[in-house]
Amino acid sequence: MAELQLKDLYDGFRNPEVIQGFAKLINEESKKLFHPINIMEVCGGHTHSIMKFGLPQLLPENINFVHGPGCPVCIMPKERIDHAYILAELDDTILLTLGDMIKVPGSRGSLQDARAKGADVRFVYSPLDTLKIAQDNPDKKIIFFAIGFETTTPMTTSLIDIVLKRGIKNIYFHINHVTVPEVMVELIDSRDEHVDSYNNRIDAFLGPSHVSVITGSKIYEQFPRDYERPVVVAGFEPVDIMEAILMIVRQFNENRCELEVEYKRLVSYDGNIKAQALIDKYFEKASLFKWRGLGNVPESGYKLRPEFADIDAEKIYADILPREEIEDHKLCICGDILRGMAKPNECTIFGTACKPNTPLGSCMVSSEGACAAYYKYGNLLK
Amino acid sequence: MCLSIPSKVVEIDTERNVAIVDTMGVTREAGLELMEEGDVKIGDYVLLHIGFIMNKIDEEDALESLKVYNEILEKLDEEERRELVQEDDNCPNRGA
Ligand code: SF4
Repeated sequence: MAELQLKDLYDGFRNPEVIQGFAKLINEESKKLFHPINIMEVCGGHTHSIMKFGLPQLLPENINFVHGPGCPVCIMPKERIDHAYILAELDDTILLTLGDMIKVPGSRGSLQDARAKGADVRFVYSPLDTLKIAQDNPDKKIIFFAIGFETTTPMTTSLIDIVLKRGIKNIYFHINHVTVPEVMVELIDSRDEHVDSYNNRIDAFLGPSHVSVITGSKIYEQFPRDYERPVVVAGFEPVDIMEAILMIVRQFNENRCELEVEYKRLVSYDGNIKAQALIDKYFEKASLFKWRGLGNVPESGYKLRPEFADIDAEKIYADILPREEIEDHKLCICGDILRGMAKPNECTIFGTACKPNTPLGSCMVSSEGACAAYYKYGNLLK
Repeated sequence: MCLSIPSKVVEIDTERNVAIVDTMGVTREAGLELMEEGDVKIGDYVLLHIGFIMNKIDEEDALESLKVYNEILEKLDEEERRELVQEDDNCPNRGA
């Protein structure tokens, strides 16, 4: 293979025979393991791939996936969705957001419900689409409800950068960006506390793909060093995931505990410096961010720096945005799922009262949510 | 939301700071705001995320991975062939 073709980048990392090849190597390697290992894939994109390609059934008994909290839609607490709902209902306002966010129920309903009641809520493919909508609606206030992990954060700050540089006056921001390492720490701590009752601690992490493209692998250094958890940053394709699992198992067998990168074709140690600088220019860490199902996690979210208060919808509308905490649905065990302590099919209303078109919890809403992935690909479970 | 398919850059519009890319036969536009100026060139493979190019794909590394995968396949084939031959001594042409 002399020259790389676009097709190779796609097919080469999905080749079923290569997946089988890795399955065989993993199976051989796993025979040497002293104890079973639980690997948490932090990222919802990985959860989706793992279920879609039926990877759990290719792995031996002593290697178990634990699905992590890495779906930006699933972790959005009702409080924040209510903010979006209230903002959307304002006169002469258009609320924009990404992806499946409009389907997630808050305490007043979802943004889709707000739309059905006449609010102007729109889904955009890219933050850049906001510019055109603002231009076409000069008399309206456009509020961008920004969501996502480190992957998506720089795209929001790029939009902010353009808005400020061009002096656009009718675009505002409600920031809900969250960060991965802080929640990984939270998960390790809470799992360690529960280790007796759950007896299934996280032994290693599959590091997120595209978060790491932006941040670089450096953000995970603390995990092997301070928490004795190996991290292997893996691409999204099934071959990437299988190769990363083999790398993790080899670390255990060779008595190593390291940070490794399988996804070298896109992830460097330092990451995308320009993107990081943009984030730093506009955002600072919020002291707490509440994650749906997990509660408040210190330093795990971003907010606009105080000097950008005049585009910060959360500040501008502070007097109409409630601050009280809201409980999640009683039967929903998303919290335990996001902590990696339960699997979706252990929820008593999974697939019955709670389905993708009638989601009661957030993990059922997005295709990256563990419950939705189990619902869609559940027949592939072992 | 985060699943991104690799794309190839077919055109660059410096004025609007966007790249025109081919994603599995579909042509799309992607913002260059997150890339250093001049870093992305026609023919480069890139990763897109919600309308922006988030990084270039390191071709050498991708090729290296694909080579390793091929070797795994070949090794697997060889082993399987040997197994087959051993199992089936009566048919020496098998697995050739
Ligand atoms: S199936 Fe529905 S209710 Fe149950 S944990 Fe998943 S999202 Fe929550």
